[in-house]
Amino acid sequence: MTTSLPTLPDRDLLLWMYERMGLIREFEERLKTLVERGVPVGPVHFYTGQEAVAVGVCAALRQTDWIASTHRGHGHCIAKGVDVRAMMAELYGKVTGTNRGKGGSMHITDVRVGMLGVNPIVGMGTPHAVGAALSARVRGTDEVAVAFFGEGATSMGVVHEAMNMAAVWSLPVIFVCENNGYAQTTPVEYAVAADRISDRAAAYRMPGVTVDGQDVIAVWEAAGEAVRRGRAGGGPSLVECLTYRYYGHHQGDETHRYRTADEERTARERDCLRRFREVLFAQGIAGAEVEGIDTRNRERLDEAITFAERSPVPGPEELLADVYVENES
Amino acid sequence: MSIEGSTRDLTFSQAINNALRLEMRRDPTVIVMGEDVAGAAGRAHLGLSDAWGGPLRATRGLIREFGPQRVIDTPISEMGFVGAAVGAAMTGLRPVVEIMFADLIGCCYDQIINQAAKMHYMMGGQVDLPLVIRTAYGMHGFKRSYGGGAAAQHSQTLYAVLAHVPGLKVVVPTTAYNAKGLTIAAIRDNGPVVVMEHKFLGSAAKGPVPEGEYTVPIGKAEVVRRGSDVTLCGIGRMTHVCLEAAETLAGRGMSAEVVDVLTLAPLDEATILESVSHTHCLVVVDEDTPTASMARDIAARVADKGFDSLDAPIKTVTAPEAPVPFAAVLEARYAPRAADVVAAVEGLFNSMD
Repeated sequence: MTTSLPTLPDRDLLLWMYERMGLIREFEERLKTLVERGVPVGPVHFYTGQEAVAVGVCAALRQTDWIASTHRGHGHCIAKGVDVRAMMAELYGKVTGTNRGKGGSMHITDVRVGMLGVNPIVGMGTPHAVGAALSARVRGTDEVAVAFFGEGATSMGVVHEAMNMAAVWSLPVIFVCENNGYAQTTPVEYAVAADRISDRAAAYRMPGVTVDGQDVIAVWEAAGEAVRRGRAGGGPSLVECLTYRYYGHHQGDETHRYRTADEERTARERDCLRRFREVLFAQGIAGAEVEGIDTRNRERLDEAITFAERSPVPGPEELLADVYVENES
Repeated sequence: MSIEGSTRDLTFSQAINNALRLEMRRDPTVIVMGEDVAGAAGRAHLGLSDAWGGPLRATRGLIREFGPQRVIDTPISEMGFVGAAVGAAMTGLRPVVEIMFADLIGCCYDQIINQAAKMHYMMGGQVDLPLVIRTAYGMHGFKRSYGGGAAAQHSQTLYAVLAHVPGLKVVVPTTAYNAKGLTIAAIRDNGPVVVMEHKFLGSAAKGPVPEGEYTVPIGKAEVVRRGSDVTLCGIGRMTHVCLEAAETLAGRGMSAEVVDVLTLAPLDEATILESVSHTHCLVVVDEDTPTASMARDIAARVADKGFDSLDAPIKTVTAPEAPVPFAAVLEARYAPRAADVVAAVEGLFNSMD
């Protein structure tokens, strides 16, 4: 364990981080079971394995800060505080869902907690974070915005446009690259002409760091530094988190067709949730209450699934509702 | 349309500038952004600012009143800055973003059609998206001054590919008066609105414009000339072509009614159908190419809902199925002219004899 202990966050925040990481894990594992049972939840991209990234970053944010997400967004949603009952109901296509059943997994949004949207067009959420940061400045607030994106998205021009604009305007944007090694099945070393994604930062005159994305404290530290810099007017930052997705790109994708069993086993040996739990125990920060958190997370998913199952589907009037934004007359 | 109160003559572009200025004064959340919307960005310390003001100069002078915080020159990053405007619109601003030329929507199409247009719906109505996209379209052609001869990638009328997408409103003003009123309506709309500004009309359309604020409703067409024998339905500059054709037809004893469509999405079917219900004939005139065009969409809707009113097949007069050519002699034959509209109407009447 290489966590730099002197900078550990306070106990409440540590337990919140554990609870959120566990909740994401539980959400995805239960969802996987539902998918395997044939529940029609639409296309889903499991976040399992990457929990430390979403939680480490969001632990450094306030509720009034903004995040823009990716196609693999369930973890970002939960870390930013979106209600798992409404998320599950959304996956079930129910009117009680975050998006009234009209978005599904790939569009979960809750602007009330600063979650600007899961976004399945790779890279397209990054300029939204730039816009949120611009908005914060024009409105005279000190909110910051996080753009989550995968290493695959760094091949998209829009990500570079977003980074350049954020740097030109010195906006409080934290670009968080979740480098899980694969863009669907294409390995990063094939598709990205850089040794580290964080090397890209130099081209935009912003600080860039690469951290162990399986270490929630390391992510929290790096994100926290970037957030403080942004809030203080120091402009954008790039934080690359090296991580790993345990399952395929989406449900049904067979990872053995492009990764070795050895590689997967090695990655799982560095499981972020188990390592964090060990730190909490080893440092005497938490003991038996961790079991209680786990139990509570299981109950919350029980409740979420029951809520989703029992919720009504959208009425036929929803088909044409909200195509245009209603204007007050 | 009757204009009341104190007015002055402005060009179409000046009227839009006036609309932006009034709305920026009224609402501090309105910002303007785009390439060279001011110009000479970052050179204020050298006494330089406001070097450009957009392709039609519609944003010129705004930076002097509102400063670089609200009149934001962007890098050449259409996908990026339209995306930033989307993010800003989701978080409390009312951005007016300028895409220099409509042809450039190819550089930011995802942010327009997948992001801006769909967000309110696919997010279950939880987020408003008060975004205005202004863009210059069309060709000068007939008047070889700046902008004429801009050829295939700087002359298009790409509104049909925007109007096609549910959630986007698309307006096409035709006069200084309605340019100002539609721009103000677009800024005050809580959803995304694209304002298509014809390059030629920018300076050529000049007329009386009230000094104060007013809106022209989005989603309403306007009957701009009354007639009884045929309805000419015009979009953008083609409305002026229709009016010119109507004058010629009047001289030949044919009475044409002219409907200025003004909003392509949502389309005001009722006004068009009402006109056809008493003229019984329809010719739609569109500067766009014909396949999957607004002209054919309007024709199809009237065929579907107004068939009983029709005494003759609906005709469309459009650009040819070709990119816009450079050479002046070719370009001059590209967009519909009044003579083409007159010929279409005469052909229609001859077929009924």
